[in-house]
Parts: sequence; structure tokens; C-alpha cells
Amino acid sequence: MLLTIEGLTKRYGTGDAALNGVDLAIPAGEVVGLIGPSGAGKSTLIRCINRLVEPTAGRVFLAGDEVTGRRDLRFMRRRMGMIFQEFALVERLTVMENVLSGRLGYVPYWRSLLRRYPAADVQRAFATLDRVGLLDHVDKRADALSGGQRQRVGIARALLQQPDILLVDEPTASLDPKTSRQIMRLICEVCAERSLAAVVNMHDVALAQMFLSRIVGLRQGRVVYDGPSNGLTPEVLTVIYGEEDWTRSAQRDDDVADEDVHGARPHGREPLAAVG
Amino acid sequence: MTDTTAPDPNRTIATPSVTVPQHPLSRRMRGWIGWLLLIVLLAWSWNAAEMFRVSALLADWRNMAEFGAAFLAPDFHDWDTYLADMVVTVQIALWGTALAVFFGIPFAILCSSNIAPVWIVQPLRRMMDACRAINEIVFALMFVVAVGLGPFAGVMALFVHNLGIFAKLFSEAVEAIDPRPVEGIRATGAGRLQEVIFGVIPQVMPLWSSFTLYRLETNVRSATTLGIVGAGGIGQTLYESIRSFHYAETAAQVIIVILAVIAIDMASARIRKILV
Repeated sequence: MLLTIEGLTKRYGTGDAALNGVDLAIPAGEVVGLIGPSGAGKSTLIRCINRLVEPTAGRVFLAGDEVTGRRDLRFMRRRMGMIFQEFALVERLTVMENVLSGRLGYVPYWRSLLRRYPAADVQRAFATLDRVGLLDHVDKRADALSGGQRQRVGIARALLQQPDILLVDEPTASLDPKTSRQIMRLICEVCAERSLAAVVNMHDVALAQMFLSRIVGLRQGRVVYDGPSNGLTPEVLTVIYGEEDWTRSAQRDDDVADEDVHGARPHGREPLAAVG
Repeated sequence: MTDTTAPDPNRTIATPSVTVPQHPLSRRMRGWIGWLLLIVLLAWSWNAAEMFRVSALLADWRNMAEFGAAFLAPDFHDWDTYLADMVVTVQIALWGTALAVFFGIPFAILCSSNIAPVWIVQPLRRMMDACRAINEIVFALMFVVAVGLGPFAGVMALFVHNLGIFAKLFSEAVEAIDPRPVEGIRATGAGRLQEVIFGVIPQVMPLWSSFTLYRLETNVRSATTLGIVGAGGIGQTLYESIRSFHYAETAAQVIIVILAVIAIDMASARIRKILV
């Protein structure tokens, strides 16, 4: 297994358990969708893997190396590329500077301070920007880009880490339906090209089903479903999200993105109603 | 009104009648108590501030008139000396500001509660408070004793006072940053210093430069008084002219100070507009 999570628990100061003994195993090259209602702990789970959030209990292993409990986090974090809902780019830096910051976990301090990245890194940055389709925007400032373009920069930055796994936190929640699909497609493609594993948080069940074959359902900090995406029956969705008329999801239509006016709205408890 | 689809202006929507709650008495009283307090404070300070001597402005009108008349006939015959003194004043301000910015940046970072732990932030902040609490003139008096008469004492006085100011202003900017880009940088495996340099500094740069220019303006004004205690610049000349009743020369010097300060304020305002 590339990523193994054992009994991961996170309790915040208020005493509520955001995660409650989560077990999860992801083999190399597999992209897993993580769904669940708001507050189910999706974001916390992703952040506990690279310890942006410190887990209260449990263990995380990446390719056999334990991530939890070690002090030299830098060496583990650089092997996990992270992609964020709101891109988490440094707006006033250029596209290239943002992408190159993916190498910060590798380059010596003095090099990064003088912004003298090794030539191989710069070359790889150009190649990666070419792959995500931003070669024409290299010297633009990140705040001059559209949402979809910014997320491509975020993807390029994560890829530049040459990671073993991508941790993807709601990659499309700030994007319109069409861009959302393009970004999801891009993430899945680059994972396939590099046999990268990924954990992708999604609030849009339809989108998750469209692109991902394995889905993990989280509810109140526990894994309540782990199986194929076509196994998300109305009964299963009721277990994950609670009571709702899930049968309308059967009428899903692939061309809906163009006319769907509600698509960009956060769906909250009705993840399928908007595309019904 | 020919448009029959327009809503009938006579149509009334029944508004349920509710009683508009009045502000409670205690809340109305609070405003009055505030004003009363202010008046009491002013009355209390009247005697100590010798405000009863306000009539001196009229009684000593001859002095005032003499002084006023001098301004109508300023004596510029030593203008080149005054200008040279003014240039020294600006140079003192430049070095004082530059040193304060250079050393203020690390202090500002360590004074920011979102960067440094509280046991560093709190003691450092109190130290910076002390730097700010003491006026430049007082520092100048001390440095004149420590390093001797002349502009260097003025530079050091501005440096120490402004160190406290920059640490406060800069750290407030740091505390207001968007944490998400910093998280993005952290997730790549970057170290603490890299987080600051790539995630924080680019975000605060516009504000920091604006503060710096603003303080430079202020410091030029402050530096014109440093000479009074022997810490260099035009202040010394000004002080001597006033003490020896050379009002026409005083007037010339004051005019030069005013013009120089206006010029610097305008230039810096223009630069700030470009930067922000």
C-alpha cells in the first residue's frame, strides 16, 4: 500500500471528534474520491495526512515510512503534493515563482532565498506548465489569472514536488461546472500519466462518480462507505448524507454542465439536486 | 400610467403593527457621560496647562507682530547654508529610516502572533513599545551624550524610535495576511523561514513600502528638530536664529523647511501610489 491510515482521530479544542478512528489504504496509482456532508471531516482527514493539522491519535504511513510522530516533516511533506480549494497561491508572485515554490522542500535554503533554483527544476517547471496548458502565462502574476488557470498553477506546483501522492481538497468548489470538469479531468490524467495516487475531497457526488472509480464516504468522522462509485445507491447516499430523495440522481445528464445555472453553488446537503 | 402590468400603486401590503423598541436608558446615558467626562478632563487640565494665560496672545501682540512682520521680509542672504543644513537633515532621516526598516523587519516578524510563539511575541512587543514610547528628541539627548554632538546622534535617535514603530506597523500587516498561501507553501515541505519569505513577505510588501515612505516623510519633519539638542541638521541653525532674535533669518529657514517637507511629502505620496 502506498498510503496507509490507521485509526486516525482528530479532536479539536472543543472536544468534538472531527475524525474518529479512520482506517484507509490506498495502493500506488489509485485515485480515491472522498465524499461526505459538510463537517464530516473530509478536509481534516486530508490535512492530517500531511500534518497541516496535527492528528490526536492514529498513524499515517507513506510507502512504509511513518508520517505521524516524526520531526523531519519536510521530507514527508515534499512527497505529498497538495491542491487546495482556493488555490493557495501567492497572488503577487508570478506563475513561475509559484510553480517553483513546489521545489522548496528540496532546494537548499540559500538557493531558495536567492531564487536560484537548479536548472533542472526550472526546466521541469516549464515542462509542467506546458502540460497544464499555461506556457503562455509563465511571467504573469497569479492574481491576473482566472480561477481555472489558478488551479492549474496549483496543480503544476504540486506536480513539481514529484510527489508519490496528491492530496486534493475540494479542487473544484470555487470553479464553474465546465471548468470543474476540465480540472478534474486534468487531475485524473496527470495521475494516470505518472501513476500517482490521490485523495480527492469532493462535495459534488455526480462529479466524483464521473471521474473516480473508488469512493470513500465519510460521516461524522467515520468511514461509512468504501467501494466502487457505481455502488453509490440511494441507500448508501442516505447513510453518508442522511435522508433525502436520492432517486433523482438516476436522471443525471452528461451535458448538463452547459445549462446548469446552479452548478457553481455549494450544494450542501443536496449534492445531486443541482444536476438533476 | 398605460402599462397595465405595473403594480397598482394603491395596493397596500398590510404591515403588522409592532412597537419599535426604545434604547434602554442606560444606553442613552452612556453618550452623555462620555461628553461630561471629556469636559471634566479639560477643566482639570486648565490650570496646569496655564490656559488662563490665553490673553497673553493679545497682550504681547507687539512680539507677535514683530515675528509676523519678519515673515513678510525673510532674509535669504545665507540661503546656501540653510539649504545645505536642510540636505543634511534629509540625509539623517534617510539613514535613520533605512536602519529602522532593516532591523525592524526581523523584529516585526517575531512580533506577529500568527508567526511566532507567544513567549517571543509578548516580551518583544513590550520592548518595541518602549522604543516607541520615548520621543526622538529624548533619544537624541541620550545619543548626544553617548556618541557626541552631530548628525550621527540624530540618526541613532531616529533609528531607535522608528525601530519600535516599524516593528508595530509591519507586524500588524503580517497579522492581517491571508493564511492560505502560507499553508500552500508549507504543504510543499518548505521550512519556517521559507514560509515567511515566500508566503508572507510578498503579501505585505505593498503595505510595508507604503509605511516606510510615510515614516520617511515623518522622519524628515522630526529631523528638523533634532538639531535643537545638538543632533545635527537645520534644527540647530533654526534654534540659534530664534534665540538671537534674528527673526528674518528664522523666517527664511522656516520657509526652506516647509518647501523641503512639501517636496518630500509629494514625492513620497506619488511613489506610494505607484507601489500600492
